[in-house]
Amino acid sequence: MDELTIKKQKEHDVLTVFAEGRIDTDTTPKFDAEVSPSLDGITKLVLDFEKVSYISSSALRVILKLQRKMGEVNGRLIIRKPTDLVTEVLEVTGFLDILNIEK
Amino acid sequence: MKLIKNELEIEAEAVKLRTVISFIDEQLEAVGCPMKTQLQIELAVEEIFVNIASYAYAPGTGTVQIKTVISGEPPVAEITFIDHGVRYDPLSRDDPNVKLPPSERKIGGLGIFLTKKNMDNVSYEYRDGCNILVMRKLLINQ
Repeated sequence: MDELTIKKQKEHDVLTVFAEGRIDTDTTPKFDAEVSPSLDGITKLVLDFEKVSYISSSALRVILKLQRKMGEVNGRLIIRKPTDLVTEVLEVTGFLDILNIEK
Repeated sequence: MKLIKNELEIEAEAVKLRTVISFIDEQLEAVGCPMKTQLQIELAVEEIFVNIASYAYAPGTGTVQIKTVISGEPPVAEITFIDHGVRYDPLSRDDPNVKLPPSERKIGGLGIFLTKKNMDNVSYEYRDGCNILVMRKLLINQ
């Protein structure tokens, strides 16, 4: 089973997070710890999920928290290229309606 | 197809999640379960197992028994979770309102909701001091 790796790229006020693997109960704390402390001065947060095969509700909690943080600074959170299962999880939970998705 | 039956008894602790998922995957892979279906089942298994690990025995500890049966043509997987922790029917809670804006979103209940959405059927009963949750899913691309 694949674990989670995170790469980050910051350009001015845009932070892009490239995640690869699974964001589940085990790996969500790592995801949170990599992203949340890096948001100072960021108004556009891009979560590149092209290589994320799986997310569970633990990941949704963190995504919602990040979305609120971006909302506080009138910023935007974008999920880029979600895979099939990830799209489906976001859809049935109504997250597709409140997030910006970039195909 | 051949009937596949298996059982795992494991400490109800979130750190055991990988072991539980591997146990489920092995059997799904043995019958050539489509990848997306497998991921959906993993999701349901994770949500239920983590729920039991978090609440059933808190603040103490205990075990959970996980039974799997795969049978039929096309195959159906039946996964049963049995714990003897505090009585709790996860299906009794209301579904979260998935139409609210982010600021008003409540995050509770999403795990169970995802379980129901990703499995064909989920049922619960309390018998002989045990919480028994059974879920089923047809192992074809849907």
